[in-house]
Amino acid sequence: MFYFALRRLIQSVPVLIIVITATFFLVRAAPGGPFSAEKNVPPEVVKALEAQYKLDQPIWQQYTSYINDLIHGQFGPSFRYPGRTVNELIEAGLPVTAELALYAMLLAVFFGVSSGVYAGLRPNSIHDYLPMSLSMIGICVPSFLMGPLMVLFFGIYMEWLPISGWGNTPGDKILPTITLGLGYAAFISRLSRGGILEVMSKDYIRTARAKGLPARVIVFKHALRGGLIPVVAFLGPAFAGLLSGSFVVETIFQIPGLGRFYVQAAFNRDYTMILGTTIFFSTLIIVFNLLSDIVSVWLDPKLRDQYRHNK
Amino acid sequence: MDNLIKSWAWLLGLILITFLSIAGCTKGQSNVEEGNIEGILHWGNGTDPQELDPHVVTGVPEHHILSALLEGLVAKDPKTLLPIPAVAKEWSISADKKTYIFKIRKSALWSNGDSLTAHDFVWSWWRALQPKLGNQYAYMLFPIENAESFARGKITDFSRVGVKALSADLLEVKLSNPTPYFLQLLDHYSMFPVHKKTIEKFGKAHERGTLWTRPGNFVGNGPFILKEWHLFRSIVVEKNLNYWDLKKVSLNGIKFHPIENVTTEERMFRMGQLHKTASVPIDKVKAYQKNNPNLIKIHPYLGSYFYRFNTKIPHLNDKRVRKALAMSINRQQLTDRVTKGGETPAFTFTPPDTFGYSARAAFEFNPKMARDLMREAGYPNGEGFPVTELLYNTSEGHRKIAVAIQQMWKKNLGINITLSNQDWKVYLDSVNNGSYAIARAGWIGDYVDPNTFLNMWVTDGGNNRTGWSDPYYDDLISQQAPVSLNKFDRYTIMAKAEAVLLENMPIIPIYIYNSKSLVHPSVKGIEPNILNYVLYKNIRLDSTLIEKEVD
Repeated sequence: MFYFALRRLIQSVPVLIIVITATFFLVRAAPGGPFSAEKNVPPEVVKALEAQYKLDQPIWQQYTSYINDLIHGQFGPSFRYPGRTVNELIEAGLPVTAELALYAMLLAVFFGVSSGVYAGLRPNSIHDYLPMSLSMIGICVPSFLMGPLMVLFFGIYMEWLPISGWGNTPGDKILPTITLGLGYAAFISRLSRGGILEVMSKDYIRTARAKGLPARVIVFKHALRGGLIPVVAFLGPAFAGLLSGSFVVETIFQIPGLGRFYVQAAFNRDYTMILGTTIFFSTLIIVFNLLSDIVSVWLDPKLRDQYRHNK
Repeated sequence: MDNLIKSWAWLLGLILITFLSIAGCTKGQSNVEEGNIEGILHWGNGTDPQELDPHVVTGVPEHHILSALLEGLVAKDPKTLLPIPAVAKEWSISADKKTYIFKIRKSALWSNGDSLTAHDFVWSWWRALQPKLGNQYAYMLFPIENAESFARGKITDFSRVGVKALSADLLEVKLSNPTPYFLQLLDHYSMFPVHKKTIEKFGKAHERGTLWTRPGNFVGNGPFILKEWHLFRSIVVEKNLNYWDLKKVSLNGIKFHPIENVTTEERMFRMGQLHKTASVPIDKVKAYQKNNPNLIKIHPYLGSYFYRFNTKIPHLNDKRVRKALAMSINRQQLTDRVTKGGETPAFTFTPPDTFGYSARAAFEFNPKMARDLMREAGYPNGEGFPVTELLYNTSEGHRKIAVAIQQMWKKNLGINITLSNQDWKVYLDSVNNGSYAIARAGWIGDYVDPNTFLNMWVTDGGNNRTGWSDPYYDDLISQQAPVSLNKFDRYTIMAKAEAVLLENMPIIPIYIYNSKSLVHPSVKGIEPNILNYVLYKNIRLDSTLIEKEVD
């Protein structure tokens, strides 16, 4: 298992280097610079600004000095926020986004797995159709519609919950969590239903039934372990997706998270910020994919065997 | 299996109960209710400020915060926009209107208790003009003698720049030309004083983004001091006890909320989280006007929405074509049915009544005359008119306007215009490089004077970008107007220039911007004006008004 993880980690290094290099040159190739504005910026001001951010150096020199900073863990100063480094901005936004993503994930896993398993154990009955239809709606309704609808109902008409902020007033974390988590819950629900359905027809479940084991033991001890492998495989990328894709929810609920940087940095041509967030999210995606692979291998004896032989 | 269902139902119930009990706890006081009692104003401020260094920033949200933290020599009366004393107690202007002497008040102090002197202004303006600093608003100081040469690096001796401390409390400023709007510029943030010792403590004077602007470090001279800065959450300022006019300051503090999404901002206002919003969603304007007219404030703003022509393109080089295109837009219909925010249709480029200046409209909506002009230009009923592209930066509002105008041109002139949208920075690049035919644009005046709208169209002006050039126009704007000593004469020259501009029509004025915001009835002392200028020390909160009025 250790070698498997190590090999995967080493494989990800060239991927990251390609991502960094491609992003570095692509953002500089995009039309429009970080300092252009509706009101004309005089050439001498542009020159002074470029000198402050070392954009007047040859591009290869910029690249090597950026890589050098990166090795020392520095993403450089933000162009958009002159007094802030990209590290500082990520540090400010990450805890909020991570907390939101974590709650959304817990919600998604709890509702997704429980409703999926419930439906998967009663295939083709009303107990299956109802949650599955609901989950289809959950998958189809985008968060930019779900968010405002929930705000209108729970916030403005019923006045039950606050509609903006994060950690300012009690309960302000509920609506964003539900909005972000619901789509994922629906997806997980369908995955777990499929997984359970498949596993329940397996020989070892029949054996367990024949042994007269109680239903609870069959489901929790035997079926879930095999049936949830697709869910586990989905969780890694999903968590990275939650972290990098919370932009819409953060905007609707006025949450000071990281998602907005990712989108706005591109619009602002904030070169260092685009690179910083891209590298950060790429690393997260690689790490979470790796984690979910490790857990899948650990859960699935077949995969485990496969890797043992390949070693 | 039944056990499973039961436990699942139990958990679901438990979650619902938790949810409802948290929900039950949230019904506390709103920001507005609490703020009215504590004297804290909750201000919707658009976006988070990029920085709080007055010589580095460029935006409106930064301006709102900096005017609470710093103060210039002169401020404005929010009702009339005329200059009122601020750090300068009084000032005198020489007969040739080129020398100003400001008397700094003795009671003017920095927030750390240091006294504020004429030397502080000399140093601050020296910093603002430092070429290495890259101050994008350095041009606000250019009316001062030799300031432009210094900022462009042509001279390095600052003593040649027309600003001098005659003594600790006397500041002399020499201008290149009589500039009637000079006093107005003095409360732009690029002319605010900054605290030398603090800036030097955290870095070099020309360094951008040092730590001097952080809470605890920031030393200002405005009615408020910086207390908290939570990135992307809020900025809190509280009363500056060293402020010279402290007895006039009624608020105990202001909390600036950076809310980029106008819909979210409007909802927050409805929930009593904000006293004032930065904007109002277009689709909510009518509803507010009908149901809560006391909450919505709409007034003209010193800005023009217009289209630029690229006059280097052969068929757009013909002024008859440009005029025909301008005359076939039904602006009233556009503002009534498309923009719907109460904007004013524009037939001049300078917004009407800019400090007594009103240009005469040189054209009107007249499709028949427009068709005649097109025929004269060789395009009867639009025949043979090349397919022309209209460029705008990606935004739903701009798209709607472009589509409506495209239809009007099709209907009134029989010509085909294609629409193209580009991301903001790409669009800026295209317009700057002249890779466009017709492009959307907007211009917000820096100060209340026709000059801020008209001097951009001089030959090769950095903001011209149309390729249009007219020697007579250049002469009026660059030679005649600046030396004119009399306001009436000067406005006459400006009006002549604007007439030349509108006769040649390198641009099509479309509408005059207005500013829209929602203001809670408890907020008193905000005056509507075309600059959206706010004097925070005039604002007070009426705590007897409760939130019920918002419903």
